[in-house]
Amino acid sequence: MTSEHTTDFAIEGHGDISVGVSGAGASGDGSASATRITPGNALRPEDIALEVRRGTAKPSGDVAEYALRLGDDALILAQRLGHWISRAPELEEDIALGNIALDQLGHARSFLTYAGAHWDKSEDDLAYFRREPEFRSAHLFEQPNGDFAVTIARQFIVSYYQFELYKRLLDSTDATIAAISAKALKEVDYHRDHSAQWVLRLAGGTEESRRRIIRGFKLLWPYVEELFEDDELTARLAEAGAGVQPSTLREDFDRLTGEVLAEAGLDAVNDLGLDRIPQSLGGGRRGKHSEHLGYLLAEMQVLAREHPGASW
Amino acid sequence: MASQKLQSVPGSPSGETALSPEEQERERAGQAYFDRIIAEDSRIEPRDWMPEAYRRTLLRQVSQHAHSEIIGMQPEANWITRAPSLKRKAILMAKVQDEAGHGLYLYSAAETLGQSRDKMMQDLIDGKARYSSIFNYPAVSWADMGAIGWLVDGAAICNQVPLCRASYGPYGRAMVRICKEESFHQRQGFEILLELSNGTPAQKQMAQDAVNRWYAPALMMFGPPDDDSPNSKQSMAWNIKRFSNDELRSRFVGMMVEQVKVLGLTLPDPDIRFNEETKKWEHGPLDWNEFKDVLAGKGPCNAQRMERRRQAHEDGAWVREAAAAYAAKQAQKEHAA
Amino acid sequence: MSNETPTSPVVEPVSPVVEPVETGVSTSSTTDSSTTGTPAETPWSLWEVFVRSSRGLSHVHAGSLHAPDATMALRNARDLYTRRNEGVSIWVVPAEAISSSDPDSKGSFFESPQGKDYRHATYYTKSEGVKHL
Repeated sequence: MTSEHTTDFAIEGHGDISVGVSGAGASGDGSASATRITPGNALRPEDIALEVRRGTAKPSGDVAEYALRLGDDALILAQRLGHWISRAPELEEDIALGNIALDQLGHARSFLTYAGAHWDKSEDDLAYFRREPEFRSAHLFEQPNGDFAVTIARQFIVSYYQFELYKRLLDSTDATIAAISAKALKEVDYHRDHSAQWVLRLAGGTEESRRRIIRGFKLLWPYVEELFEDDELTARLAEAGAGVQPSTLREDFDRLTGEVLAEAGLDAVNDLGLDRIPQSLGGGRRGKHSEHLGYLLAEMQVLAREHPGASW
Repeated sequence: MASQKLQSVPGSPSGETALSPEEQERERAGQAYFDRIIAEDSRIEPRDWMPEAYRRTLLRQVSQHAHSEIIGMQPEANWITRAPSLKRKAILMAKVQDEAGHGLYLYSAAETLGQSRDKMMQDLIDGKARYSSIFNYPAVSWADMGAIGWLVDGAAICNQVPLCRASYGPYGRAMVRICKEESFHQRQGFEILLELSNGTPAQKQMAQDAVNRWYAPALMMFGPPDDDSPNSKQSMAWNIKRFSNDELRSRFVGMMVEQVKVLGLTLPDPDIRFNEETKKWEHGPLDWNEFKDVLAGKGPCNAQRMERRRQAHEDGAWVREAAAAYAAKQAQKEHAA
Repeated sequence: MSNETPTSPVVEPVSPVVEPVETGVSTSSTTDSSTTGTPAETPWSLWEVFVRSSRGLSHVHAGSLHAPDATMALRNARDLYTRRNEGVSIWVVPAEAISSSDPDSKGSFFESPQGKDYRHATYYTKSEGVKHL
């Protein structure tokens, strides 16, 4: 991990042009500043890469497969969210969605770096040089952005799911999975808040916004069940204490999302009809994806694949 | 004396004939106070008296600056989804996001001059406002992310660092924050080019090609030559501008000449030389007709950039309305409770 | 929070102006959105943001932003003004709620403290050299 240090304001490489803020324009009290910036102190993907190189972090085959799932979920979502930057409903929201995308991308990089250690592959090898059937993300993450309501509905489901997941993974017997989850948990907690605030506003705003958020939930609900499906891998990992059975997250997910939906005046049965929405067969964890992922990967991978082996 | 609500700057109205004696006196006192502040190189703050022309000049400059940040997001945002490594993707996302932030800081500053952000935004999408014409050029390769960071942001920083001392307080403060944050923008661009230059022949070619395309437009970002820049003199007298267009351009060329060597690339300008007499860097001729054409809307991407902004604004209308309606309902509920 | 509340006339930084002032671009009024065919929307209101950079320090004015309500204003402020660890606490205040001293009466409003140097320790020279005083 990095030690915290303050970045002083200095524009190097600009010769004799100094900022030299003086007189009345200066902020006055030197200690009280609204612009003191620091890089902070938290687990970064680079730290994991370093541990991998040193050989101090090496996942088992099962844990690597598991990290691949978590990493792919976050990567595909980050790729989707990144598209919003410069297109959001208001400039402030460009920044908010950008922050969430950056958080998810950070989680993806950490998980993929760790997973890659098992096969001697880098995060970029995994992101850019796997084929579609090799991706392990669930279908929800690859669903198109749609309008802002669809994106918020997707964020709402994802962040409440990820929160429950990372919360339990704090206790993972795999130290790296636990550490990445600890960093991710705090960020995803904020994502929950962001999406919940918007669910309240869209549901309780205008007739149009209510209609749109209801449509958003109906559009995405078929992909909820897949998030909570157990399989042999999760069973083995849960048994070993390194992972969790997704089905064990469902109860808390239902309760907490239900509370927000109730506050938003959205009745799961009467307004959203969630109980009658057929659940998609899924298959993302086995590499079976919807029609959307191919386009997403084509765009994401095009440049890297044009220059195999190149460094950027 | 009663405390005041924050309110519009009482500049001189357009028809000055109708001023009462007291108003004339206040104008005189205001002008004297303003002149003293400028002479002392101190700062004008929002509700100070200021000459109408000063306010108008600033409003135009700050809002154009803000629009440039917002439109300037687009050429780079186009590459977020295609960034060739995850690290570069994160950096680019953070950078484009910063640009939205910088636009907001600047709109904030402009609002203190008496115009709402909604009006400024409307002027932008109605085509009534201008933004830096460089963003009307296309970003066609990944190397453009490097060239934009190194040359375009480099030129912008050169321009902006002296603006931290602009006489209008809110503008200077916004620029301080922006310059702090932008210090990473140019470096990441430089790094992209350096990686490409040290990479495969195809990568190096990509980098050189991008530098070739962005060099001249970047030099033109400093504005027309001094003898063709009628407003510069007044802006300098008001301590808004600290250095002339040509002065800044020359400094910039001097820095790039050295930096391009580290990159192992060349600048597409055989006429660059250091003038021993003037002690200034000189560059080859720039096509100012093209500059004017692009400014006039004839650039390759003018229509596309405007349409994208308009689309985002219009697509977002229902969201903004929903949030406003929700806030109104909540306020009503609280009021009733 | 009594002594920390940002009220007049201490705060002097901002001037949100509700009334748009003509800039000479056109003579149209604010309801000029007819060209796009969309009805004039209720704009999100303007908020002033104050950031505490670390415990023990005051909140300092950082800038402003737009938000539909206080809840979102706080979140927008978090995203806009603390992306680089600039803060541990944020205040948002509706810009219209800030009152400020009259800029025209700078002279008289702040004249009184001028020349009252007996309020400062440096005025008392006879005790110079006396320890612990």
